[in-house]
Amino acid sequence: MSTRLRTSLLLAPATAWLLAMLVLPLVVVAVFSFGERAAAGGYSAAFTLENFANLGARWAAFKNTLMLAPAGTLMCLIIAYPLAYYLAVKVDPKWRTLLLILVIVPFWTSILIRSYAWIYLLGGQGIPKLISTLGFGNPRLINTPFAVLIGITYGYLPLMVFPIYVSLERLDKRLLEASADLGSPPWRSFLQVTLPLSTPGVATGCMLVFILLMGEFLIPAMLGGGKVFFVGNALVDLFLQSRNWPYGAAVAVALVVIMLVTVTAYMRFTRRWAGGRDDVSLM
Amino acid sequence: MGAESLTGDDKSSIAELRGATKRFGAVVAARNINLSINRGEFLSFLGPSGCGKTTALRMLAGFETPTEGDIYLDGQRVNDIPPHQRPVNMVFQHYALFPHLTVAENICYGLRQRRPRPPAVEIEAAVNRALETVRLPGFGPRRIWEMSGGQQQRVALARAIINEPKLLLLDEPMAALDKKLRHDMQIELQTLQRKLGITFILVTHDQEEALSMSDRICIMLDGGIVQIGSPRELYDRPKNRYVADFVGKSNFFEGKVTSVSGETADMRGAGGISFIGHASAGIATGQSAIASLRPEQISLSRGSGDVPVTVVNRIFLGEHTEYLVQNPDLGQFLILASRQAEAGEGNLEPGETGSVRWRDGAALILNND
Repeated sequence: MSTRLRTSLLLAPATAWLLAMLVLPLVVVAVFSFGERAAAGGYSAAFTLENFANLGARWAAFKNTLMLAPAGTLMCLIIAYPLAYYLAVKVDPKWRTLLLILVIVPFWTSILIRSYAWIYLLGGQGIPKLISTLGFGNPRLINTPFAVLIGITYGYLPLMVFPIYVSLERLDKRLLEASADLGSPPWRSFLQVTLPLSTPGVATGCMLVFILLMGEFLIPAMLGGGKVFFVGNALVDLFLQSRNWPYGAAVAVALVVIMLVTVTAYMRFTRRWAGGRDDVSLM
Repeated sequence: MGAESLTGDDKSSIAELRGATKRFGAVVAARNINLSINRGEFLSFLGPSGCGKTTALRMLAGFETPTEGDIYLDGQRVNDIPPHQRPVNMVFQHYALFPHLTVAENICYGLRQRRPRPPAVEIEAAVNRALETVRLPGFGPRRIWEMSGGQQQRVALARAIINEPKLLLLDEPMAALDKKLRHDMQIELQTLQRKLGITFILVTHDQEEALSMSDRICIMLDGGIVQIGSPRELYDRPKNRYVADFVGKSNFFEGKVTSVSGETADMRGAGGISFIGHASAGIATGQSAIASLRPEQISLSRGSGDVPVTVVNRIFLGEHTEYLVQNPDLGQFLILASRQAEAGEGNLEPGETGSVRWRDGAALILNND
């Protein structure tokens, strides 16, 4: 059997899967986005740009997504970097595995159940009650953007920790010795050596979290209480409630385009930041 | 020459280890090291892996703090001074170049850490000079991964010397280079050291490298210093079998000392064969000892003699030929014959018989320890 044929055969299942589950649905969505809503809901063939012209009606969903997805990514980064640094560099190696497992433990429970827990924690009988008992006013947390931010940060944190951990763990400790040898105090070595060399991990983590957050729907639905909704929630609404498939398709296409643009820009930026190194892989 | 005699506060010393001991848990990596390093010298720590040579170097750099004893740099005790405040630079074993910086950025790293930071034009000029010095002019904008192993080594060297350190520490800097390149680099390093006048301290397990480059060599074993001396001293007057074996090749024959007169001893080996030569300290008549005889000091000839041998193997080495010969009393030993000597005597094939001899005084009579 020729190498070429063997390669094709081995790749066939993946190719078939991607064609059927990714390419085909994308084409269908793109086609639908130019159609019209049938009288009883669903799709009826047509060619109109009206769905795209009406995107502004769902501006709130786009605004929430485009603000909370980057904000959530940033929050994850701020919390995950020191944690990953501690796990990779500082902690006694005999505790390392245990602590790494603790980072993944939340994944053993469904995000749905964990979000319910947050509803109670952020709801009237939870943290706000504690705050008011202590005499710091009477805050409302649940169903605010802040609640959604907490929820998404909590949910996606491990996805940020691991790539950063890996890049820090791989970092050649002799580079830090070299930096010290050349007269750099530890904190400056961190800024000049550790931080730039962990860019691949930071880039991967941010990408992973950001892309998933852009499509998030469960956490805003539960912690946003219909007040703070993402594009994902708008899509559920359009496809399942009002059954306006073409308009839903247009919203979906808009989301995909926004993601493509931001991700491409982001990749350009990180590559430049990393100084064109070819060892910086983003995934 | 003992390790103990080398401490003192004389002005010619740039660095000193005084009773420096380093323990890692139960492991003693460096054992009571006393060493005074002369200003401007090229000193090597030579020994097998795990002998403590790297630990000694890392104590000078500040990466390890001695468990006991003191480290002095230019008359100042530096035990508690962190690496980034020591006027010492190191060329790391695998160079440890910063992969995210260009060649020029790597080289000027040390200058950019100075406070106040030198002006950019000065830094640039210094980088260009350093690149010239290591014969890499114009390579500044290159990326580290675009450089070959030999070039990376030069970059590491430039990155260290640009800071004009009081000590330049070299940790097996040539281990990753192929033989030819290593030889070129050895010559280059030596030339550079003379030109810059910086004190170089080299750690190596390669005796040839240490012999060819150093003013003094410090032979180490099990964390301690065995002998310090010039390459010639170590080669001609090794203190014991370990040094004789580590510095150059040697044959060792056991026997009994039959007479000692002055510094010369006569030792009789198996079959009553006589070895006469310089006796190490404490050799006395009647004791058992070891005679060390360098392969190049034995001559092989056709025809019969006092020590008949059979050629077991022959290796052609270019300028020299190495013979492994067998004598019924002495067993097998090595002979290094120069091309010139062979031209006179004709070479012997494996299986042929001949005889060997060496001049009186060629052997070294060592303590059997």
